[in-house]
Amino acid sequence: MKLHKFKSSEITPESLYINRRKFLKKMGILTGSALTSQNIITSAFSYTPETERKITPYKFVTTYNNYYEFGTSKSDPHKNSKDFITKPWDIKIDGEVENEITLSVEEIKNMIPSEERVYRFRCVEGWSMVVPWLGFPLNKLLNKVKPTSKAKYVKFTSVYDPDQMKGQRFPVLNWPYKEGLRIDEAMHPLTIMVTGLYGKELPNQNGAPLRLIVPWKYGFKSAKAIVNIKFVEKMPVSSWMNASPKEYGFYSNVNPNVSHPRWSQATERVIGENIYSPRIKTVMFNGYGDEVASLYDGMDLRKNF
Amino acid sequence: MIRIFKPTIFVLCLVPLIIIAYQILFNQLGAEPVKQITHHTGEWTLRFILLSLAMTPLKNITKILAWIKYRRMLGLFAFFYGTLHLLTYIGFDYQFNLDPIIDDVLNKKFIFIGLAAWLLMLPLAVTSNQKMVLILKQNWKKIHRLSYLIGIFAVLHFIWLSKTIFFEPLIYLIILITLLTLRLDFIKFLFKKKSVT
Ligand code: HEM
Repeated sequence: MKLHKFKSSEITPESLYINRRKFLKKMGILTGSALTSQNIITSAFSYTPETERKITPYKFVTTYNNYYEFGTSKSDPHKNSKDFITKPWDIKIDGEVENEITLSVEEIKNMIPSEERVYRFRCVEGWSMVVPWLGFPLNKLLNKVKPTSKAKYVKFTSVYDPDQMKGQRFPVLNWPYKEGLRIDEAMHPLTIMVTGLYGKELPNQNGAPLRLIVPWKYGFKSAKAIVNIKFVEKMPVSSWMNASPKEYGFYSNVNPNVSHPRWSQATERVIGENIYSPRIKTVMFNGYGDEVASLYDGMDLRKNF
Repeated sequence: MIRIFKPTIFVLCLVPLIIIAYQILFNQLGAEPVKQITHHTGEWTLRFILLSLAMTPLKNITKILAWIKYRRMLGLFAFFYGTLHLLTYIGFDYQFNLDPIIDDVLNKKFIFIGLAAWLLMLPLAVTSNQKMVLILKQNWKKIHRLSYLIGIFAVLHFIWLSKTIFFEPLIYLIILITLLTLRLDFIKFLFKKKSVT
């Protein structure tokens, strides 16, 4: 497979990013003290491809989660993650690199400032949110190491801690949770490591202390509570691919034309709406096609689902 | 006893309806209201199916005939909640938009089998009254054996719609297998033998 090298000139910030201040004012959030614990650059722009979609209320973003480590029901993560300890927390970057490193989350946060990113979040189950994340482009972290010429993919491993994570005591998935991206996907400026949301520190149920967000892919690709990032030569097998290869592909790009055996991918329900609200149409690449479609030039996305 | 029990049970069977009505009226449905209604009605449909399937084994095990008197009522409540479940899907989820519904029925095996389960409940609901028992005689029993198939389809529906079988679908599967096993002749024979000795 030919790897597509991403050039920063390929994105058009002006058309896609709105002034962060304008956004903050509109949101009426991110005031004063909530921010002091986070290192946020004020000059950053916020990504927001749409003006018509409402930001999902904090209550739903933090109580309606798929995080099987804490239980299979949507309300479980919120209930069962309260005492989860995220300090201290180290992340190792290794594999096909010349200089493997281990960094604490604190070090990473101090080294790389977080910025506000308002992204659509589309779950494979056919629902979606719009979340104001705090985070930084993953490439800023990955640039701390030098991949060898063998490196083609990046594999993410989440924490394994059955003492604290009830769900891991049962073979629901092959723990620890594993995910993967092609290097160009991982280096893409839209791909972020998340440190918070709604201007606050990342709640445990949302994947604290550090999680991935890849906004043009189904939510499960965005691994939570990451402890290891490994450059690898072969395409990693994610936990969901392992559980059901016919249902979950490696790419898992949001794609209304490739249907899942259980859920309609043509439409989605918007979280936080009432019982009379209709489903809305799902957009290719979750609406980020202008930025990411070129990554998949010449690929059959039905086969590489 | 039956005179007091039956109305009490009837009212108890309405509790799931009251709960969901309350949640709708007072905006307690949470993040995904339509799904909440779908799940609530779906789960209660399944529970009533399994409850109605439990009456005959309970009669055999306890040697108390009265269990049978509740079988029809429980079955009809299963049909009632199943119909609400179906209407939620058609009316709220897809807003009577038939194209995606037909697409779902043809392409999603969990919808297909769920619909099959509901359709199989129709003849049972229609023939549930005493008059029909008299008219159909032996055939009534045969028709109502469909309830086993409905139980199997209902559990399959749940397994297929779940991302993993853990834990709820698995629990229902175990209950179903237990209930069906208790009806096997050699198992029934065991109970009979016990009561003789
Ligand atoms: C005897 C009939 C049926 C039974 C016992 C039943 C039972 C269930 C159960 C237990 C659930 C899952 C609830 C949960 O996850 O908590 C469910 C979900 C669902 N059922 Fe049914 N069902 C039946 C018929 C149908 C029919 C006829 C349809 C549509 C044609 C249908 C469509 C659905 C849908 C769309 C869901 C939600 C799937 C999701 O979570 O994405 N069901 N049902």
